[in-house]
Amino acid sequence: MLYAIRSLPFLWEGLLITLKVSGLVVSFSLIAGLILGIGIVYGPRWVYWPIRIYSDFLRGIPLLVLIFFIYYGLPLFGLNFSNFASVVVALAAFEAAHIIEVVRGAIQSIPRGQNEAAKAIGLRFTQRLLFVIAPQAVRRFLPPWINAVVDTVKGSALVSLVGIVDLTLAIQQVIGRTYIPMPLYILGAIMYFVINYVLSSASRLLEARFAYIRE
Amino acid sequence: MKYHLTYDFIWGHFDRLGWGLVLSLELAFISILIGMAIGLSLALAYTGGGRLIRGAVAAYVEFIRNVPLLLLVYLLFYGVPSVGGFAYDATTSFIVTLSVYAGATMVEVFRAGLAAVPRGLIDAGKAIGLTGWQRMIWVRLPTMFRIVLPSLSNAFVSLFKDTSLASVIAVPELTYGAQWINTNSFRVIEVWSVVAPMYLVTGYGLLFLLQRLERRYVVH
Repeated sequence: MLYAIRSLPFLWEGLLITLKVSGLVVSFSLIAGLILGIGIVYGPRWVYWPIRIYSDFLRGIPLLVLIFFIYYGLPLFGLNFSNFASVVVALAAFEAAHIIEVVRGAIQSIPRGQNEAAKAIGLRFTQRLLFVIAPQAVRRFLPPWINAVVDTVKGSALVSLVGIVDLTLAIQQVIGRTYIPMPLYILGAIMYFVINYVLSSASRLLEARFAYIRE
Repeated sequence: MKYHLTYDFIWGHFDRLGWGLVLSLELAFISILIGMAIGLSLALAYTGGGRLIRGAVAAYVEFIRNVPLLLLVYLLFYGVPSVGGFAYDATTSFIVTLSVYAGATMVEVFRAGLAAVPRGLIDAGKAIGLTGWQRMIWVRLPTMFRIVLPSLSNAFVSLFKDTSLASVIAVPELTYGAQWINTNSFRVIEVWSVVAPMYLVTGYGLLFLLQRLERRYVVH
């Protein structure tokens, strides 16, 4: 037990890596997801189909397979990333595919008349998007997006399988030294739980907050 | 130096991937059946139970849904036997893990399904003289199942993809088969370029079949 307590600083470092991976992935996937999501709703066919195929392909294979695929596949194209960079790319590509669908759902939930009315008063495309669609779509976007963030934090545990010492691998390593698996797994589970529970509670709160507006 | 893609070794050992895929599907199927049993009983307990039962069910659902599946796999395979004083094989352990995981999703699905059964239907059951149990068995449950069918198919395909995590505790499913070929031939990128489409085609194939099935039974 004493060893488990002594290992806390080491677990803390692992937790920081988990948060760092999650933070990077959340930012990258948000940017990519927003751009591609807008592309899939408003783009012409040659924009729509590549994004559609990208999204369906990435959502159709297990995250673990995707991580291995990108981790070993990138060097084939002459891209020798560090293992940290390649898992961030893999996770961000995976999450972006989910966020594309969240963005699409949010935008398409706005009645068509809103866009037409904005057009009628002479707003340009970017103005319509920014001042008419976005403020309404954001409340449909936020709750599922936070769920995607929770999925990112959970998915980041898989980076331990390519040798990055995140919280999960830190736990495994401490268990390897101390041979007391159960308390450490439970401690790790609680650490993940606290982060994700705060996030999913925020998601529920936002959903309730936005629920009063009805079309 | 140019890298030459060589698939000979993979085709030579394709049985590992083929049977791996079959095992993946079996794992997902058994787990969703057990998960549905857990989900249905807990959803009923939640709907009819007092505060204590509701709290316990909510705690189970929240805990499982907010912890990475990988950690749960480790916890049930390495952790639980270490304190329980017993050992079980990796496949059994993974089925338990995935069932518990699926159960948490299923509670939510069934709870929402039960709530979505129209009030008028239950009242009509009452009007023709059905008792509480009869209404549950002949009115609420059949209607609920037809409402939740789309969620069930999605959950099944999602579980099928999650079975890839069984490879970390050496259950010989598809991803493990891929890793076996990797360690024996180092044809890493070739293997993943075969395995990824296998997951993709099976996953969407399942979804297509299940959606055709849904169309016959589903009610909105």
